[in-house]
Amino acid sequence: MSTIFGSSIGRKLLMSLSGLFLVTFLIVHLSINLLLLIPDGGQMFNVAANFMAMPLIKFGLQPVLALGFIVHIIYAAVLTAQNNKARGSAKYASGNNTTDVMWASKNMFVLGLTVLAFLLVHLIDYWVPLQITHGAASITIDGVEMHNAYALVNAAFADLWRVALYVVGSLGLTIHLTHGFWSAFQTLGLSNNIWRKRWSVIGIAFAWIVGLAFSMIAILQYVLFQ
Amino acid sequence: MEKNISLTLKVWRQNGPKEKGRFETYKLETVSTGSSFLEMMDILNEQLVNEGNEPVAFDHDCREGICGMCSLYINGRPHGPDDDVTTCQLHMRKFKDGETITIEPWRSAGFPVIKDLIVNRNAFDSIIAAGGYTSVSTGGVPDANALPIPKPDADEAMDAASCIGCGACVATCKNGSAMLFVSAKVSHLALLPQGRVEASMRAKNMVAKMDELGFGNCTNTGACEVECPKGVSISNIARLNREFLVAKFKD
Amino acid sequence: MINLDSKIPQGPVAEKWSNYKAGQKLVNPANKRKLDIIVVGTGLAGASAAASFGEMGFNVKNFTIQDSPRRAHSIAAQGGINAAKNYPNDGDSVHRLFYDTVKGGDYRAREANVHRLAEVSNDIIDQCVAQGVPFAREYGGLLDNRSFGGAQVSRTFYAKGQTGQQLLIGAYQALMRQVNAGTVDLYTRTEIVDIVMVDGKARGVIARDLVTGEFQRHFGHAVVLATGGYGNTFFLSTNAMGSNGSAAIKAYQKGAAFANPCFAQIHPTCIPVHGEFQSKLTLMSESLRNDGRIWVPKKKEDAEAIRAGKLKPTQIKEDDRDYYLERRYPAFGNLVPRDVASRAAKERCDAGFGVGATGLAVYLDFKASIERLGEDAIRARYGNLFQMYEKIVDDNPYDTPMMIYPAIHYTMGGIWVDYELQTTVPGLFAAGEANFSDHGANRLGASALMQGLADGYFVLPYTIQNYLADDISMPRMTGDEKEFVDAEKEAKDKFEKLLAIKGNRSVDSIHKELGLVMWDFVGMARNKEGLEQAIEKIADIKKEFYSNVRIPGSEEGMNVELEKASRLADFIQIGDLMARDALNREESCGGHFREEFQTEEGEALRQDDKFAYSACWEYQGEDKAPVMHKEELTFEVVKVAQRNYK
Repeated sequence: MSTIFGSSIGRKLLMSLSGLFLVTFLIVHLSINLLLLIPDGGQMFNVAANFMAMPLIKFGLQPVLALGFIVHIIYAAVLTAQNNKARGSAKYASGNNTTDVMWASKNMFVLGLTVLAFLLVHLIDYWVPLQITHGAASITIDGVEMHNAYALVNAAFADLWRVALYVVGSLGLTIHLTHGFWSAFQTLGLSNNIWRKRWSVIGIAFAWIVGLAFSMIAILQYVLFQ
Repeated sequence: MEKNISLTLKVWRQNGPKEKGRFETYKLETVSTGSSFLEMMDILNEQLVNEGNEPVAFDHDCREGICGMCSLYINGRPHGPDDDVTTCQLHMRKFKDGETITIEPWRSAGFPVIKDLIVNRNAFDSIIAAGGYTSVSTGGVPDANALPIPKPDADEAMDAASCIGCGACVATCKNGSAMLFVSAKVSHLALLPQGRVEASMRAKNMVAKMDELGFGNCTNTGACEVECPKGVSISNIARLNREFLVAKFKD
Repeated sequence: MINLDSKIPQGPVAEKWSNYKAGQKLVNPANKRKLDIIVVGTGLAGASAAASFGEMGFNVKNFTIQDSPRRAHSIAAQGGINAAKNYPNDGDSVHRLFYDTVKGGDYRAREANVHRLAEVSNDIIDQCVAQGVPFAREYGGLLDNRSFGGAQVSRTFYAKGQTGQQLLIGAYQALMRQVNAGTVDLYTRTEIVDIVMVDGKARGVIARDLVTGEFQRHFGHAVVLATGGYGNTFFLSTNAMGSNGSAAIKAYQKGAAFANPCFAQIHPTCIPVHGEFQSKLTLMSESLRNDGRIWVPKKKEDAEAIRAGKLKPTQIKEDDRDYYLERRYPAFGNLVPRDVASRAAKERCDAGFGVGATGLAVYLDFKASIERLGEDAIRARYGNLFQMYEKIVDDNPYDTPMMIYPAIHYTMGGIWVDYELQTTVPGLFAAGEANFSDHGANRLGASALMQGLADGYFVLPYTIQNYLADDISMPRMTGDEKEFVDAEKEAKDKFEKLLAIKGNRSVDSIHKELGLVMWDFVGMARNKEGLEQAIEKIADIKKEFYSNVRIPGSEEGMNVELEKASRLADFIQIGDLMARDALNREESCGGHFREEFQTEEGEALRQDDKFAYSACWEYQGEDKAPVMHKEELTFEVVKVAQRNYK
């Protein structure tokens, strides 16, 4: 056991598990964000957002989530550095003309960096005012006082450039997932000739559903709810 | 039909392992499209020797696609612009008249250059020595038909065992990973009852040796499978992952 | 004077091997550790021997000229490996395999050796399965068999069209296990350039590191040569580019007799030559003859039209096709032995019925089988071979017949060995294709793999002990002894001499010239006049080589041209030996066909009263004619007869 995470497959296992964990987070996140599309002035969204700020979640689950991100990011950096070293210092003058290789699979680190940049913007925009500085405005729903998260989001999506940024970020995430999803199962060993095709199809479908849904939320917020 | 074409070759020349290499450009006037790529290299070398120059050193042997000796990274692809072939099976009909062909050695930290286009692939032997076998000595084994093996398993083992150890997988991998090679051997033996006995130990030892020798981490791009002259599938990599993880968690 | 005592054990042929094993000397485990064995070559015979010696506890040094043991040319064997398992219940037995092999070899092999080969054949299959060789299986999970030329039973085990590869990988894995265990030291990219003799016994080798060009001295209590055949004397052959006869020649020069050098096998199903820059010929497995039918047009005008590109083979009507093997040999049909099939193809082409642009090709047609079994069944059996053919020729064999022509494939001749596989030099053994022992004048398909593994796994591990048992008190030498120093100097001088020639011709151009002489005069059909010419021409080529070869570069570092030149020097010597042996053997048998000796129907005509012997050539010195000695062959069990496959 001692050396499992010292091995290449062990390190990849961490990437796989943390990646899949982040996928589940994406599902939760997307579910809540879909509430933004209910035309109730953001009431449901605010209740959900307030729920996510409960101490148990804030102090129990958020650190786990953070750990998931950190593991995923750190190991991505470690693996990429090792892989560059293994590739060697001499590069091919004639480049690489191998066909039938998914572009995303060769650019996961770069795609990951765009997702990371997106994540940082996200944290500054919402997580800091809602959960750290509590600078966000308040609203009382059913007698409970809470931050008006909806107002924060709604205000943000009033800017077209920010909507565009979100769409780009979501698409980066999509492309990252088109490879990352099936790759996670491959690394876990849960793949063979049949399941490989299935995971690929499921992964690509999932990636586009998530990416397009996040994008649509931003766009519809701008078009319908301003 | 066969015809003659002329070519410009950009060939990597390097005198020794520690020397600095460079590209040299050569012209060949009449090459039959019916020739194999290595026959074209023979023509180049004949020309070089006749001019009093040292011929280009390149690995080759059986010239029928099975020994795994030939390598060459040709125009951006290991074993050149054809699918499911080794360089010796690549034919000049795949090239156009007047084309410039860039010929490089396998490049990977795991395969240092020895001379010109020849690289050192001893790392593959070391990985096999670490566990790519059944620990059965000569003699005293049961009858060959004592253990029935389901045909699909035997066939799948055969597909994995068809790896020729050429190293194209490492050469094309952006991570310089040897996972396809290792997984082919692990799969070949894990699929058969005779190899099943030591499957866990084998997966652990071979992966440990692969890591130790400085090969990269697989990121499942699948380029190895595309360039493998024998079409070894990356499903074998999933099997290796499975074997390895189960073995490690059992410990 | 060399000693040709074959040391055949007493008793009936079926009991000789058991008798030998019961009476032989053994080396105890503590003493095995004190003994070093050098094994040259890592093919089926070399790798299996080295692995087995290592497992037994000997210290082994194993050499290969390739970058890995797995590259040895055994890997290219396609079709299969014979064994007398009789799994298909079709009447096979050890006796029948023995009998077929002696008969297939045209009665020019030693009965006792062949019987032992048949006896251990079953153990080989068991061993390989235990190693994880993925032989083809039936749906019930048991091993599948197919039939091969020269046999009326199905006794050939196979792994797709890559049987040699799988068997070699099995042996390679066993070898690497011993490398890991520390019992075998592996020297890759290292070539043996001389054998060191001490007090009349082989005690080591001089090796050359092909990467650095450095010479090394290695001591061994015994030396095993498993360096394959010398088919590349012909330049164009199905052998790998690196396959060579140099170690065999070094042994010959040190006093090992070279037996039956003229017995070279011409394989009937190779892809025809296409041009002057061709570097090698590609074999299409004999197994294809299970389902392919060989034919040429019946009418000369059709053949001419095909050669001119005006007619396609698929346009020739069934009635206008001459399935000449089925016509001439109804009992065996397309599955006659290789020598018979090769000569029949040559006969048709010489008579003007050949196809292909050069007229030197015949068709191998799968149409009937595809109609009978379906394309999928044919694809499952031969898919990889068909793909290989299409990549080379750019024709699809599912739609149009393959074109094939005979090519040099295997050499039955080789270093003479006794029953223990020991050469006439004490302490020097030869195994696999490098020795001459088991195939007589013609090797049956799927028997080379059997012999290589038999020698390495099941014969040498016994017989070498009988020799080493007397050596247990012999201390290791350091390599600084005079004999080693002298041998190294002599080897170095030879390389320097080659480099100093600085002539005008490339090694390959001279090798091609030699190859043409060999093919024209010492090839499929030989005659007295031609052979005499060949000997003269080879002498001229030798002169040309030593005065006009150009080797760029130096002795230091990797120098591929230097390697090739040193091997060509030895090929020239072998070519001369082959021609002399062919001239001496005034009969036709197996792969050796003398035009003067044929039946009215053009079949090989043996002269058993005069030539029922193995011709063993003894080296007399540079530029001196070798002397021939005879090992008479006696047949106690097999009834010697004219081979009949009709």
